[in-house]
Amino acid sequence: MTEVLPNFRLMEPATVEEAVALLNETPDALLCAGGTDLVVQLRKGLAETGTLVSLSGIAALREIEVTDAGLRIGAGVTLSQIERAQVIVDGYRAVAKAARSVAGPAHRGVATLGGNLCLDTRCVYYNQSHWWRKSNDFCLKYRGDTCHVAPQGNRCRAAFSGDMAPSLMVHGAEIEIAGPKGTRRLPLAEFYHEDGAAHIRLEHGEILVAAHLPPPGAASEYEKVRVRGSIDFPLAGVAVACARTPEGAARFSVAVTGTNSKPLMVDVPGDLPPHSAPEAFFAALEKAVQKAVSPQRTTTIAPHYRRLSISALTVRLAKRLT
Amino acid sequence: MKRIVSLNINGRTVEEAIPDNLLLVDFLRERQALTGAKKGCDGGECGACTVLVDGHPRLSCLTLTASCAGTEIETIEGQARNGRLSTLQRAFHENLGTQCGFCTPGMIMAAEGLLRDNPDPDEDDIKSALGGNLCRCTGYVKIIESIMVAAAEARR
Ligand SMILES: Cc1cc2nc3c(=O)[nH]c(=O)nc-3n(C[C@H](O)[C@H](O)[C@H](O)COP(=O)(O)OP(=O)(O)OC[C@H]3O[C@@H](n4cnc5c(N)ncnc54)[C@H](O)[C@@H]3O)c2cc1C
Ligand code: SF4
Ligand code: FES
Ligand code: FES
Repeated sequence: MTEVLPNFRLMEPATVEEAVALLNETPDALLCAGGTDLVVQLRKGLAETGTLVSLSGIAALREIEVTDAGLRIGAGVTLSQIERAQVIVDGYRAVAKAARSVAGPAHRGVATLGGNLCLDTRCVYYNQSHWWRKSNDFCLKYRGDTCHVAPQGNRCRAAFSGDMAPSLMVHGAEIEIAGPKGTRRLPLAEFYHEDGAAHIRLEHGEILVAAHLPPPGAASEYEKVRVRGSIDFPLAGVAVACARTPEGAARFSVAVTGTNSKPLMVDVPGDLPPHSAPEAFFAALEKAVQKAVSPQRTTTIAPHYRRLSISALTVRLAKRLT
Repeated sequence: MKRIVSLNINGRTVEEAIPDNLLLVDFLRERQALTGAKKGCDGGECGACTVLVDGHPRLSCLTLTASCAGTEIETIEGQARNGRLSTLQRAFHENLGTQCGFCTPGMIMAAEGLLRDNPDPDEDDIKSALGGNLCRCTGYVKIIESIMVAAAEARR
């Protein structure tokens, strides 16, 4: 606990353009939003930098706006704002529930949506102090050459463990990214990549500025499996949304986190028609989730338990929404 | 890099040259001799360093002092006034909400933040407000009772 933060300078730009310019001038600069993950990483020697670019002074990132196209949530909006915002609680319940399930209240008061979506992947061999990792010869993700989870493999399997991404994905979110060449938009699901050491598609010099949600159209839920109920990263988490087709069938979308190096959408086995016996449908849904996820030995809890519990939880949420 | 930072701690204005990488918990403990906020973990896990920044509970071990320029910081040392314990402190003392005491400053500051927001919390409100504060001694029951008693006292 005697670690000292690296000797960085703190820059506090007032606009997104200034922040982008700063990042592009400084190759080793790191972005800091609420700092609830980044400062831990700096303290543990998992990130190094001479320049920290804080996003806290950029007012434009902190707005939740209702537009004709739906809802725009700025990347700097805090998770406490999200869990309390009535438009989100009413129209996108999974998003509010996911926000409420992140860390503790003192974290959520400063932790941002952008920081959560850009959260680093996690692993028991990685999220440790410097001396712990050093005594274990580090690992493939950072400074070492072997993965202790899958020693035969050549890629990092660390698990994406942010709670917000799946809740936004089941509502069809897109994200807006600002960079030196202007802004671009892409579906949130396409932002991620199945590689624990390089899981987000963000170039140096780019900033996530907002998430866009279409108008509310589905009831949704989010829940997670964790070791401690009061504060913990998800061992696995699932968001389920349920919309009605014109024929009255239930159409589900399902996204999971904590099981892979990226949050992922699950291929759902068709719609659940009205007045049909649902048991076969839910059994197929449970199987589909088990097939989609691939939890690894990145937590102290067995992968098999995470696979079974997340598929059971998916069905529980789907039934609740039917 | 250093900068001059002016902030208010427990009602007293402080102006100092602060390195950009100085954590608030280290500033309070090492430079202000306010050792009430504890450093109980590697960062963000235990809540023992909880203080109020502009009235809201914050983890001082994850907060850069330089980012607190112009804010009002309250620590456990600001609770007692004129030699008298605050309502929360007295309630923790009288209801065995404190044993070894290591978590207590963080618990009390988190509870202070809760009571300002919600003077009449139920047990679930208290549990979620203290979600990030860990205690190795009490088992939490007495802590929750202490906050209930303090809330009732304060409402009278
Ligand atoms: C004890 C503890 C428990 C936790 N539990 C959970 C949990 O249950 N679920 C969970 O999801 N998280 C959890 N977290 C992690 C963290 O608190 C949250 O994920 C939080 O939302 C991160 O947001 P932040 O603003 O603090 O991010 P920061 O720490 O500021 O940044 C995180 C990362 O995102 C990058 N970044 C930030 N903003 C942007 C942006 N706009 N554009 C591009 N990159 C950006 C940063 O460079 C950094 O790499 C926990 C943390 C702790 C310490
Ligand atoms: S999955 Fe392997 S390479 Fe990745 S962090 Fe864990 S041990 Fe390191
Ligand atoms: S010292 Fe443990 S949360 Fe700050
Ligand atoms: S009283 Fe000892 S840690 Fe809480």
